[in-house]
Amino acid sequence: MKTLMTGNEAIARGVYEFGVSVAAAYPGTPSTEILENIAKYPEVYSQWSPNEKVAMEVGIGAAIAGARSIVAMKMVGVNVAADPLFTVAYTGIRAGLVLISADDPGMHSSQNEQDNRLYAAFAKIPLLEPSNSQEAKDMVGLALEISETFDTPVMIRITTRIAHSQSLVELNDPIERVVKTYERNPRKYVMLPGNGRARRLVVEERMHKLADYTETVAVNNMELQDQSIGIITSGISYQYVKEALPTASILKLGLTNPLPSGLIKEFAAKVDRLYVVEELEPYIEKEVRILGINVIGKELFPPYGELSVRMVSEKISGQPGITVAPAFDSPIRPPVMCPGCPHRGIFYTLKQLKLVVSGDIGCYTLGAMAPLEAMDTTICMGASISAGLGMIKAHPEMADKMVAVIGDSTFLHSGITGLMDVVYNGGNLTTIILDNSITAMTGHQENPSTGKTLMGQPAPQVDFVSLCKALGVKRITEVDPFDLKTVKEIIKTEVAVPEPSVIIARRPCALIIKNTEKPLQVVDCNGCKACLKLGCPAISFDEENKTAQVDQALCNGCGLCINVCKFNALRKAGDGNV
Amino acid sequence: MSKIINVLLVGVGGQGTILASKILTHAAIAQGYEVKMSEIHGMAQRGGSVVTQVRMGENVYSPVIEPGEADFIVAFEQLEAYRWAHFLKKDGVLIVNTQKIVPLPVLIGAATYPDSILDDLKGRVGRFVELDGLKLASEAGNAKATNVVLMGVLSKYMEFSEDFWQNALEARIPAKLLELNKKAFASGIAEAK
Ligand code: SF4
Ligand code: SF4
Repeated sequence: MKTLMTGNEAIARGVYEFGVSVAAAYPGTPSTEILENIAKYPEVYSQWSPNEKVAMEVGIGAAIAGARSIVAMKMVGVNVAADPLFTVAYTGIRAGLVLISADDPGMHSSQNEQDNRLYAAFAKIPLLEPSNSQEAKDMVGLALEISETFDTPVMIRITTRIAHSQSLVELNDPIERVVKTYERNPRKYVMLPGNGRARRLVVEERMHKLADYTETVAVNNMELQDQSIGIITSGISYQYVKEALPTASILKLGLTNPLPSGLIKEFAAKVDRLYVVEELEPYIEKEVRILGINVIGKELFPPYGELSVRMVSEKISGQPGITVAPAFDSPIRPPVMCPGCPHRGIFYTLKQLKLVVSGDIGCYTLGAMAPLEAMDTTICMGASISAGLGMIKAHPEMADKMVAVIGDSTFLHSGITGLMDVVYNGGNLTTIILDNSITAMTGHQENPSTGKTLMGQPAPQVDFVSLCKALGVKRITEVDPFDLKTVKEIIKTEVAVPEPSVIIARRPCALIIKNTEKPLQVVDCNGCKACLKLGCPAISFDEENKTAQVDQALCNGCGLCINVCKFNALRKAGDGNV
Repeated sequence: MSKIINVLLVGVGGQGTILASKILTHAAIAQGYEVKMSEIHGMAQRGGSVVTQVRMGENVYSPVIEPGEADFIVAFEQLEAYRWAHFLKKDGVLIVNTQKIVPLPVLIGAATYPDSILDDLKGRVGRFVELDGLKLASEAGNAKATNVVLMGVLSKYMEFSEDFWQNALEARIPAKLLELNKKAFASGIAEAK
């Protein structure tokens, strides 16, 4: 049977069909749905880990113990997981271990753009690149096979267009799920320097064996047609090439670390003009050049952003096509915090107090946008607190003018160590934990503070107050972010005290609560526009009548705006004169 | 190259473009086409612009539609129709739900919502269909079925058998909402006449 599946769904299906027993991840666009879909197969144990390094280590442990395992993350997550990754390349595994890296060319929802094929080369592990959903599924099987044959972790690198686009996939019955017996082997798995040195040689030897294998493996193959133009390509770029240049000869590479130098030479000799078409880094191109082969690549295609059919055809034909520019000037429609979002009250207050805000990654990063504009920096997951510490170490006088803000999931991901550092190194920084009881930005995943696991089991909940206490924070206050008066007082007090403090602002994400509140009404509005500063998408201004208006369909009745109107013009139905 | 049909569904996060594209792809597969569908979501989940691209034909490679290449654009909201109109082919069909959803920069007074959208578009695209999908959906029983009304309109222009559409609705919509959605779909067909 053939079904339409996204690349992420297809990978999950592969995990099920090819006998994987353990799967772990931290959510991150575009990789999130891989684990969400694996969780639909109860045969596979699947979990959210607090961060990618932990997920990687869970996968490594399971694979060493004898269970086929998979770990998934977005490309920046691999930075977090890189430490264990580089060493498991030395130890090898007992049962197959696959790491999925979901890269985001074009930065649809990421803070940077990185080509993780370079990680595979750097870590010296085999690399597979599917070009559609069917291949994404099949390559899970191939990756597990390579992993076990060559005793190595394997990386599958997808990009957003593979992860989130759907194409047809043939479904098969799952193979039998077997977990091998555990075999003790400290010389292989305990990476003391003496053992590590021996394994270092094994890694080199393995790469030599893989170099032979990559020449004959079926996913590396030539499609010979018109031989005046030859194109070497992989991943989604292959699809663009097929459509742009239907008659060109193609060397399609599926296993791209190590690259098949023999095959590349053979292909190069058959065609008149040779191109490499790849997104982001000149990863294949450099290898081709090292072989002494003249090739055209990054002089035509940019090392950033996504390619497209049109770009491939224009650049290779040398003829600019017709450019179709937007005909109209439309105001942008940026993402916004939802009506009733618990974060809104905090950012509104931070802006009022004119504080410097060291921010982090989550829905609340939207607090950086107009009209709230209350965020100074956002670097990466978990950096808010530690970067905040750095700022006050550079400028001690800033300590009573700044806060770090971080979500519940992000705090558990890697904010904890930053807070530990603040306490340890005497940084009098105020940290606000925005606890909305969920990992909201990626689509509402559970985390260690929510009381549930990915597979739907009840779980103990991390208690932020006790946790912060244990880290050595003495001043901890809890507040409802919608109680604007108290929020303001507490923030003012806490930034002023010369010691580390934590404010836990607690209210669930507006999208996870069953809301029965009525939308607000506007009565006797004075037209002062104070409520517009909240940036609630439900509130707009009627220029004709000079009054604020509340969109009845959007407003969820959270009541936050009642607090900012000095004229009592925003009211719940049933209150006062309404 | 065999002919490929490109359909772009554009709207605002929360309007149900994804479900609409699932109904469309279901019908297209039944028709015997290879189908690719691309949808980039991430931050767009929070009320931002959303675009879903559906490509169908004998052989479909890229999952992405290029500017000037869409046979059909179904816009769930006026401003999004404006934003994506340049993706339409010269003789393509633009179907616009006249609903307005004002983006935040407009709400806070940092930008203005163009008021001549429908007139501008009428003059510039091959074929133009406008309708109040929200109203039709509400009449059918639920404002949320606007997406299905729009699929009803689109169905008038695609050469799929009526059965394929009905099967797609049955496969993609929960049983208790099916009747209402079938009504919504039918009102879309009627509107397109
Ligand atoms: S999903 Fe939740 S946390 Fe995110 S913006 Fe919406 S209400 Fe706020
Ligand atoms: S009550 Fe006010 S702040 Fe809350 S959603 Fe409604 S309009 Fe927005």
